Amino acid sequence: MKFAVVVFPGSNCDADCFHVIKNVLKQPVEYVWHQESDISHFDCVILPGGFSYGDYLRTGAIARFSPVMNSVQPFAKKGGLVLGICNGFQILLEAGLLPGAMMRNSSLKFVCKYVYLRPENVKTRFTEQYQKTEVLKIPVAHGEGNYFVEPDVLKKMNAQGQIVFRYCDEQGEVTRDSNPNGSLENIAGIINEEGNVLGMMPHPERASEQILGSEDGRKIFESIIKAIMK
Amino acid sequence: MIKAKIEVTLKKGVSDPQGLTVQNALKTLQYAGVQDVRIGKYVEIALDARDEKEASEKVKSICEKLLVNPIIEQYRFELERV
Amino acid sequence: MSSLMMMTEDIITQHGLTLEEYDRIKVFLGREPNFLELGLFSVMWSEHCGYKNSKLELKKLPTTGSGILIKAGEENAGAIDIGDDWCIVFKMESHNHPSAIEPFQGAATGVGGIIRDIFTMGARPIALMDSLRFGRLDEAKTRSLMTGVVSGIAHYGNCIGIPTVGGEVYFEESYSTNPLVNVFCLGIARKKDLVKGKAVGMGNPVFYVGSSTGRDGIHGATFASDELTEKSHEDRPSVQTADPFMEKLLVEACLELFKKPGCVVGVQDMGAAGLTCSTCETASRGNSGIEIDVELVPRRETGMNPYEIMLSESQERMLVIAQKGKEDEVLKTFEKWGLHAALVGHVTDTGRMVVKEKGKVVADVPSKALTDEAPLYKRPAKRPAYLDEVNRLPDLSPEKSNYTNELLQLLSEPNIASKQWVYEQYDHMVMDNTVVLPGSDAAVLRLKEAGKYLAMSSDCNGRYCYLDAYQGTLMAVAECARNVVISGGRPVGLTDCLNFGNPLKPESFWMLQKAIEAIRDACLKFEIPVTGGNVSLYNESPQGAIFPTPTMGVVGLIQKESDITTLSFKEEGDLIFLTGGFGKGLGGSEYLWRVLDIQKGPLPAFDLDEEWKLQKFILKAIQKGWLQSAHDTSEGGLAVALAECAMQGKKGALCELKTSGLRGDEILFGESPSRVVVTVKPQLKDDFIKLAQDFDANIVQMGMVGGTQLKISYGGKLLIDSKWQELEKPWRTAIENGMKMSV
Repeated sequence: MKFAVVVFPGSNCDADCFHVIKNVLKQPVEYVWHQESDISHFDCVILPGGFSYGDYLRTGAIARFSPVMNSVQPFAKKGGLVLGICNGFQILLEAGLLPGAMMRNSSLKFVCKYVYLRPENVKTRFTEQYQKTEVLKIPVAHGEGNYFVEPDVLKKMNAQGQIVFRYCDEQGEVTRDSNPNGSLENIAGIINEEGNVLGMMPHPERASEQILGSEDGRKIFESIIKAIMK
Repeated sequence: MIKAKIEVTLKKGVSDPQGLTVQNALKTLQYAGVQDVRIGKYVEIALDARDEKEASEKVKSICEKLLVNPIIEQYRFELERV
Repeated sequence: MSSLMMMTEDIITQHGLTLEEYDRIKVFLGREPNFLELGLFSVMWSEHCGYKNSKLELKKLPTTGSGILIKAGEENAGAIDIGDDWCIVFKMESHNHPSAIEPFQGAATGVGGIIRDIFTMGARPIALMDSLRFGRLDEAKTRSLMTGVVSGIAHYGNCIGIPTVGGEVYFEESYSTNPLVNVFCLGIARKKDLVKGKAVGMGNPVFYVGSSTGRDGIHGATFASDELTEKSHEDRPSVQTADPFMEKLLVEACLELFKKPGCVVGVQDMGAAGLTCSTCETASRGNSGIEIDVELVPRRETGMNPYEIMLSESQERMLVIAQKGKEDEVLKTFEKWGLHAALVGHVTDTGRMVVKEKGKVVADVPSKALTDEAPLYKRPAKRPAYLDEVNRLPDLSPEKSNYTNELLQLLSEPNIASKQWVYEQYDHMVMDNTVVLPGSDAAVLRLKEAGKYLAMSSDCNGRYCYLDAYQGTLMAVAECARNVVISGGRPVGLTDCLNFGNPLKPESFWMLQKAIEAIRDACLKFEIPVTGGNVSLYNESPQGAIFPTPTMGVVGLIQKESDITTLSFKEEGDLIFLTGGFGKGLGGSEYLWRVLDIQKGPLPAFDLDEEWKLQKFILKAIQKGWLQSAHDTSEGGLAVALAECAMQGKKGALCELKTSGLRGDEILFGESPSRVVVTVKPQLKDDFIKLAQDFDANIVQMGMVGGTQLKISYGGKLLIDSKWQELEKPWRTAIENGMKMSV
């Protein structure tokens, strides 16, 4: 089993993801430079957070043209696991691997804080280790996390269990106040129809060790490992 | 009613990191001959005014007071009767 | 040599030079300088680069210590050994004037500049802090400045991926048109990977990397001179724009390059005075010479002349002196990161800085004349007359029997209220190191790579320094160190950013002098070396000078994870002690100013020995594992400190203040320094008291953690009685609500 952490110019959570996989979960992991095109020997590709290409023009808009993204497309088609976190999520949207688009936070401000999440679908390869009743404490840090998708697509996504995480309050209630960015229906993370590409705004790699205040994000990585081992 | 179509751009000489990054991306995407990319803002304002002169003065004031940072940005606009 | 023109007195003074200084230049050159050379001297002999008004004073600061690897002033920043082959590099710098003109870009480029200072040393920047000061929050100007500054810092720090873990924000009339933006950056490196800012080795190539050079920030752009440029001044920007993405590429490329053995001889970033400063300083430090051709410098505008190219302050640029023969490796590394390195010159052994344009010499100056030989002045100093007046406290209104409303008001004062509105806009968690988040006394980081823990804090109360520059500064150093200590750290170094008014005014200079003496005395007492910093003078507006504001940044080393201590109450039943005594006096306090509308001293008494004793005692108690929480009393006094412990711990407390002879408001809100509120488990009470006796520390038990109510009684009266939730509401929302007021 091997994880890949893609490094775009401007990625800045690459080292954090690498650290968690290597030192916390003790799994093999390699950095993949955005110019590389062979990722066939990996089981899971992580597109980390950051400001690829400075987030200039639109978040993720330039990164999606990187050579490595040309390989991520077929990798995903063949069923490889792809996890996009924050900027990685935005890149997946721009690349069309996930439906929808990202807009500026409704506050128009960058927001970095702990939020609470409700896992809506615990039957995915990324969330199998969670209980549906759990409330997760995981931080967000973004300026554009205001998820949008057309109503008919949203309906389908809801029906197919493609909404994986929603922002909620400490008790697990999905409320307006608990939404940090104004995203549609408090959406925090979604998965593709095939169930192998997940994008999420919160940062599970920042919530994988007790010393940092929460371990609630670690189960995402643990679920992936379990799924790959199967 | 008059519609003002306002273009806010960085002044000549002010570096435009966004434009530069897009320019490099276009180069990577093999668009030959792209010499320069500058990115600006486009703003539309609908306003009541007696005539074009009054509208023009209003828009000018709006630009200088709020929309534009005169230290680094410049602007130009067109008026259209709607 | 280009045509020698006679310099008129006008041109000389417009360059910020005196006629005596001009004569000094002529002696160094043995002739009249040309226009470009005058420009070079002008920027290098400015206060900003040459510290001509402050250096003689700064020399008083203690810069040595057991852990010091690189002393203040030797390089871009000092370096401190933290053991096991690792070291830290940190520094604080001001970007006040640019932020006053263009808050977003000014603050952003300030962050960019301090980050460059750190990674040019070969250290990976891992933490930022910002000390900000604005006018009153109910002024529209403040809100717009603050919105710009905070989003500028966020833009840069968030994009480049370095967490902004702490800092402070103050609101005070005197900063209304002259906001202070002091930025701090800390980096970590293996000792062997430290890089020097030296140009050595004759013939070694000099590379220019990063953004291209434009006409931004050119010193002296204010003076009209048609000889300079054909362009009109309207389209010549003097504000630099920030490109954090470019700098992110520079950080990664440089750190990658520095790790390649034998490639890099020296590095310097181009900050103030740009290409001029970086070339002559590296040559001067290397006791060598340097020669560059401006024709080879990447430019983004046409028609730039050597004066403009040499004096441009365009951001995100670096000078890299490589080892001869390693040129390809240098170019390859930068290319990998999409950066172009331009070969602009080479190192010589002439001791001179030579600038050419298309091969023709346009400036030829001894490097050291620009740097080490910059003039130094001892300015006249005079104690300001206002001090007598402001240090006479009028009679206060009669005491009240309950102060809950006053506490609620203080908690909603912007200087005391939660700064959540600010720090939530900063990514303070990226890099997976932030153990104690903003909002505590000090930020705490773990260093994954080195297996260590750091605490850092930045502090200064300008009002204290206005009332008494010497004691106010002592208190700033003490509080900063104390914040590190109560978080579990032993202070290992201090950086300072001295923001003062015009040094040519004797009263301003006197305050600068007193502040520096105070830093010296405090640092000697606390055994903390000064690792560097910066001086920002001329902070004046038509209304007068700002409050003297010597901002401190202290970094401490935490021995082990279990030593990390936070301010929040932890468990019901924990005993609450006050160490340092109840203190006396309301002078200079937030209460006096905001509640009673009196902005006067004298400051409460402060004693360095008492402070030192307190810090040693607290650190020992923490290291023994006996403290559940620790929080010092600062703005708002004991009552606010207890409220903060309660709100953050989501627990109430029952306290009885057993003393006499103090006014109720004095005991609650007086800002007497050197005091810490700690909690201890009941079973450790006797051990704790014994330890206090060993250290001769003054401790008094105040009460116990429990319930949801914060109750403080004194002299038979219940002075404070409120649910912690009721206290929290105004505290948490005051700044957010204040920012919502219409412009």
